[in-house]
Amino acid sequence: MSPGFFYGIEVVLNGLMTGVMYSLVALGFVLIFKASGIFNYAQGVMALFAALTLVGFQDGQIPFSHLINAVFGTKIHHFGWHLPAILAVLFALGVMILFAWLVEKLILKHLVNQEPIILFMATIGLAYFMEGFGDLMWGADIKTLDVGMPQGGNLWIEESTAFLGGEDFYGFYLDNLDIWASVVALVLVVSLVLLSQYTKIGRALRAVADDHQAALSVGISLRVIWVIVWSVAGFVALVAGIMWGSKSGVQFSLSLIALKALPVLMLGGFTSIPGAIIGGLIIGVGEKLFEFLLGAPFLGGATENWFAYMLALVFLVFRPQGLFGEKIIERV
Amino acid sequence: MLYREVGDFKASYAADQATFSIAFDRWFYHGILAFAILVVPFLINDYWANAVILPFLIYSIAAIGLNILTGYCGQVSLGTGGFMAVGAYACYKLMTAFPELNIFFCVLLSGGVTALVGAVFGLPSLRIKGFYLAVATLAAQFFLVWLFNKVAWFYNYSASGQINAPERTVFGFEVTGPEAMPWSAYLFCLVFVIGLAWAARNMTRGSNGRRWMAIRDMDIAAEIIGVNPLGAKLGAFAVSSFYVGVAGALFFSVYLGAVEVTEAFGIQKSFIVLFMIIIGGLGSIFGSFAGAAFMVLLPVLLKNIMVGKLGWATDLAAHFEFAIVGALIVFFLVVEPHGLAMLWRIIKEKLRLWPFPH
Repeated sequence: MSPGFFYGIEVVLNGLMTGVMYSLVALGFVLIFKASGIFNYAQGVMALFAALTLVGFQDGQIPFSHLINAVFGTKIHHFGWHLPAILAVLFALGVMILFAWLVEKLILKHLVNQEPIILFMATIGLAYFMEGFGDLMWGADIKTLDVGMPQGGNLWIEESTAFLGGEDFYGFYLDNLDIWASVVALVLVVSLVLLSQYTKIGRALRAVADDHQAALSVGISLRVIWVIVWSVAGFVALVAGIMWGSKSGVQFSLSLIALKALPVLMLGGFTSIPGAIIGGLIIGVGEKLFEFLLGAPFLGGATENWFAYMLALVFLVFRPQGLFGEKIIERV
Repeated sequence: MLYREVGDFKASYAADQATFSIAFDRWFYHGILAFAILVVPFLINDYWANAVILPFLIYSIAAIGLNILTGYCGQVSLGTGGFMAVGAYACYKLMTAFPELNIFFCVLLSGGVTALVGAVFGLPSLRIKGFYLAVATLAAQFFLVWLFNKVAWFYNYSASGQINAPERTVFGFEVTGPEAMPWSAYLFCLVFVIGLAWAARNMTRGSNGRRWMAIRDMDIAAEIIGVNPLGAKLGAFAVSSFYVGVAGALFFSVYLGAVEVTEAFGIQKSFIVLFMIIIGGLGSIFGSFAGAAFMVLLPVLLKNIMVGKLGWATDLAAHFEFAIVGALIVFFLVVEPHGLAMLWRIIKEKLRLWPFPH
């Protein structure tokens, strides 16, 4: 076995880990799409906003301090306390639930029965708003997020696989954080599936997803369901925000992972939770392998920017509903 | 002069089908055209040209292009920035490869090149619909920008990776390069705006436009009544990309002069143009202009107020701008999903009945 082969395997493993991270964002998309038929473009920005809020609470930042300073000429920035991580997470979750309630109250309620594409564009507007609002509230500088996630490479895996590849091979390098993210994603998916299959709320969610009007007629409150779904999506965004934020810092580019989650969704199908996970894995492995085998040696690198979209595009031409999506039936 | 049809007798079919059937509208329109051609060139200065008027004209072309695709044919595209980049780089290659070719034809030809590229990326639209297509157009956006970044042939192997517009003249007056006067650049863009808007208006109310609208309203039903979806969709992609390509070429050669592709034609450009047509009104040529004017003027206005008057830091103002633009998009979609064009239509309806509304 040549070392190149093992490097290939390492690339695949790292791709799988990246894929899990994409799936975390994609999950939030699927939840909202299933329950309200809305393609929520703002999911990535929600993750950013959740992470910003979390860091803000943890460090005891004063919200809107830049704005207050600019208007009143003061120089405030911190309350001067440090919250424990668990408390900050709870507060951030509270903010996301409040946000879900506001979205329903101010936007969704007025846009019922509009065309899906109008709702989609409304969420793009929402994404813009939250981006500006989040920066106004907490400032735009890059922040480090530390809620006690393990960092660095996993030594145990590295040492115990080092014997495989001979002299030049030092074992597989896997990030501890990525391994944790996979575990969290797994727990999240299992609990979401349990929630939607075995609880009363879950049954109501599925009913709404099936048919808004029929659900209304048997006494399910659409508005309550939407608030719940957006809250759950906010929770998923918070988890994704914590993972991505611990990995690469809380900054504007975090919201761009939403764009990466889109091809994941297209591949997996918009309506399938397992699809989001498997789509994420395929995209993660695909883009890393393509970069490793073709991109970096022959095409000048940085192919990760577009490979996912191209893969999804080519794939969709052959299977327009994605891997696990429900078959699209069109009637006149 | 009252705003109504009464007393305006039509003597021919052509007059009956005129774009502006009300005399007031006709005079208003001709008045604006005359003002734009005869008066503005004498008033224009560097600040107004670069901050407001040139971006407005160029974005109008791009917005008309996207409106043809999204507003008339119902295919949402997030690849506008990528197609503008195609126009810009095609224009650059043409300008440097054929120095004696007039810039006017360079711009038109780069529109043609973009139309071809657009038709290729439009091919999946026959299978992929709705959001799926919107995401698929992102492939065009990211791939094209990457391509222009990585393949050195496109920027003539320059060390900086930038492209710079060489100096070109029309009738002896410079329109590109640092020596260009504001009025000549303005008139050059204006010619394109007028010609393309006129073409778009007539295309969209002719048989092509009807085909596109049939596809937009329901593509399967359109197919059953005999609209060829291949021709209609690819046609819309090609025409739309032509407009966007021309806008990209002008944006690079006349407005910016030097372009770095990820900065000038990133995903943000796609969203800005999309916002223009949402705010202006989907499926309306007037709406494209209104939306472009709105999105160009709003940041200038906000910046003047917040940075100029209140003395805030520029980054704070930028965040505010983001929040305000986003809130406005949502506000418009909630209150008037058909945009400024619909408001304009409502005003005209009211005017017709004024002062006796019953």
